[in-house]
Amino acid sequence: MGLDLSPFAELVGPADQGPIWLAGQQSRLTAPSLVRQVTAPSGIFDLQPDEMTVVCGAGTSIAELQDSLTAVGQYVNLSRSNSGSGTVGGALATGRSDIYRLGRGAIRDTLLQARYVNQDGQVVSAGGPTVKNVSGFDLCRLLVGSLGQLGFLGEVILRTRPIPQCSRWFMINEARPETVEAILRRVYRPASVLWDGRKVWFCIEGNSHDCDQTIQQLATDLDRPTEVSGPPNLDNFPFRQSMPPAQLVEFVLSHINQKTDQILVEAGVGIVHRQSPAEPRVADPTVELLHQRLLRQFNPTGRLNPGISLASGSTV
Amino acid sequence: MKSDVYAQPLNQKLVSRLRQVLEPRRVHTDAADIDLYKRDASNIEGRAGVVCFPTTTSEVQDIIRICAEFAQPFVARGSGTGLAGGATPLDGAVVISTAKMNRLISVDPINRTAWIEPGMLNLDLTREVAHFGLHFAPDPSSQQSCTIGGNVANNSGGPHCLADGVTSSHILACEVVLSDGSLVLLGGEEPEPIGLDLRGAFIGSEGMFGITTKICVRLMQNYSAVKTMLMDFTSVQAGAETVSAIIAAGMVPAALEMMDQLCLEAVEAYIHAGLPTDAAAALLVEVSGLPNAVNEETERISDIGRAHGARTIRVAQDEAERALLWKGRKTAFGAIARIKPNYYLHDTVVPRRKLNEVLQEVYRIASRHDLLVLNVFHAGDGNLHPLLVFDKREPGVMERVLAAGEEIIRVSVAAGGVLSGEHGIGLEKRDFMPLMFGPHDLEAQSAMRVAFDPLGIANPFKVLPSPSSCGDAHNIGEDMWV
Repeated sequence: MGLDLSPFAELVGPADQGPIWLAGQQSRLTAPSLVRQVTAPSGIFDLQPDEMTVVCGAGTSIAELQDSLTAVGQYVNLSRSNSGSGTVGGALATGRSDIYRLGRGAIRDTLLQARYVNQDGQVVSAGGPTVKNVSGFDLCRLLVGSLGQLGFLGEVILRTRPIPQCSRWFMINEARPETVEAILRRVYRPASVLWDGRKVWFCIEGNSHDCDQTIQQLATDLDRPTEVSGPPNLDNFPFRQSMPPAQLVEFVLSHINQKTDQILVEAGVGIVHRQSPAEPRVADPTVELLHQRLLRQFNPTGRLNPGISLASGSTV
Repeated sequence: MKSDVYAQPLNQKLVSRLRQVLEPRRVHTDAADIDLYKRDASNIEGRAGVVCFPTTTSEVQDIIRICAEFAQPFVARGSGTGLAGGATPLDGAVVISTAKMNRLISVDPINRTAWIEPGMLNLDLTREVAHFGLHFAPDPSSQQSCTIGGNVANNSGGPHCLADGVTSSHILACEVVLSDGSLVLLGGEEPEPIGLDLRGAFIGSEGMFGITTKICVRLMQNYSAVKTMLMDFTSVQAGAETVSAIIAAGMVPAALEMMDQLCLEAVEAYIHAGLPTDAAAALLVEVSGLPNAVNEETERISDIGRAHGARTIRVAQDEAERALLWKGRKTAFGAIARIKPNYYLHDTVVPRRKLNEVLQEVYRIASRHDLLVLNVFHAGDGNLHPLLVFDKREPGVMERVLAAGEEIIRVSVAAGGVLSGEHGIGLEKRDFMPLMFGPHDLEAQSAMRVAFDPLGIANPFKVLPSPSSCGDAHNIGEDMWV
């Protein structure tokens, strides 16, 4: 057993206590007015470098968690919100991976075990404490990205990873689609490849000598990459769009010919960072039916984080 | 070993309907034919009523619609290599074999994805994409014969999942036929499909949420350098502590496997690889990636091994030696047949720092039950695979094997571990689920099942213990061989 979550569960209360909102740092979603708010427990309860796991409250700030992990040479694959840090629970509830997804994987694989409070105010455990586990159905995957509508995360066990020896960003001007393709093909497991239709930025992580050799080899065929301090500023791109990565080239070329606003795409992944919102998407009817069935099972009264659209991730 | 408790007369109307939507030769009812499908690679036997061999998604939909019409349970089956009874049909269920749906549909070598049919064999996929410099990372020991559809159902792992993650991390989308015959795409090639991660929920659901008919996999770039080393120790404790020390030093090798002395002896007698048979334990460590990183990590891991008392550190000098070392690991089960004709393979996970403590308890359990136990397992992620070897002709031995197995499970969970790391729950561990999960936890898992399969006909009676599985309440017959 981990942290005593009964005080948190009592705050949430049983189903007849009406709508309730789990508030973090409100850096990703804003609480609606007139809905009672609770906050999840915070704090790092167990950090085991030799297990590559950390146990913490969902209300813990990501900045605090990363600082503690940095001290033992590790990090956790959780994205900070655009406006700053955000909480662990907020990052998991929104489920959006950061620009390093190409190399580091999706945020959803970070969550090993979750103890959450359900709509009846009961503490429920999902997943397991070890890095490998197929005991029962994978409820943790459903919780990541559920916007708190299946339950309020209280305590989580996260998988950590070693901080790479080096993490270096490079940029090539006048990058055509062939340049981006060459990077994806020839760089060994790049951490990130970002392209705005004109320039490409890419991140290589690992052994510093290997990084040097990779750049030397690339420079024989491409314009010599310039080392830069980091990726372009994503604050300029408050909106995002998701599409199959195979469609990115056509999309980017079409966009820069027709539109005036800028975009930045995650090559090999399929995320488009935009200055303006994309057209809303419509879920497949059977996917929508499964959503409704799951919500009926987990949040039949709709009291948990009311008013959020799972389809758009925004309050409605 | 018998499943008479489940015997029900075959519904001839159902068979007749199935033969209307499938060529009759692909609907098997002959007793000798369907007897082959009464179990998977576990020892848990059930009984198949009909075995169907669809070749297309629409045929799978037709079969499942007929099953829904007759309220007839169905079970998806790949190669039947599962070890927990997940594909064991009960009650004369309709078995839907994906064996004839085994095509590679398309590959995108730049974005490293491929669409495949579920019956494609794991190793075949890696062979098919090898010329692009790509591979499919999950590599269960059965990878020559297990299907990707089965890997999805079990969220399978393998020795090389330590660094790159298990199946769920490598599946982008599943086209799924639900229990009413409707078709849905869960996940997608796009990174953020709308709403909940239904893909992630489906993976590892052991056929209880529907049947996948197309799968989009993520492929990994092949490494340019690899080093494989074998280090041996005079105690299991020293080997286990080396595992923890490697991880604590910030390294995640591609593979980190352990074999104990009895296993080393059996394997060496089988393949003559020069294994250290007088060692208490040996670690097989593989590092892959770019050359400088591989060389540096090999040195650091060797230093850690020496600091923990490794007697010898053998680094494979060429591909032939590397293949020989891996042959030792991957043929361990074959080698064990030389000791006793039968084995019962367990699969639990414990925290790495508890490896030695739990292994010592496993030895004590085996000794108490007068059984031989060998250990060959994925030490890097704490995934134990104690092998209880026996001769089932010996009177009373099965009772001792089952009792020892249960104690191993209980000890693993009590040490902060979990019931299964890669084999799944199936029938084998269904009734142990309450060791890990309380009533509210199991209700939540049951709620997932109800949402995906409100009819309760997709591989019922598996994973969830009776009180949590609504109308699925069922017990394994006392005479079934678990």
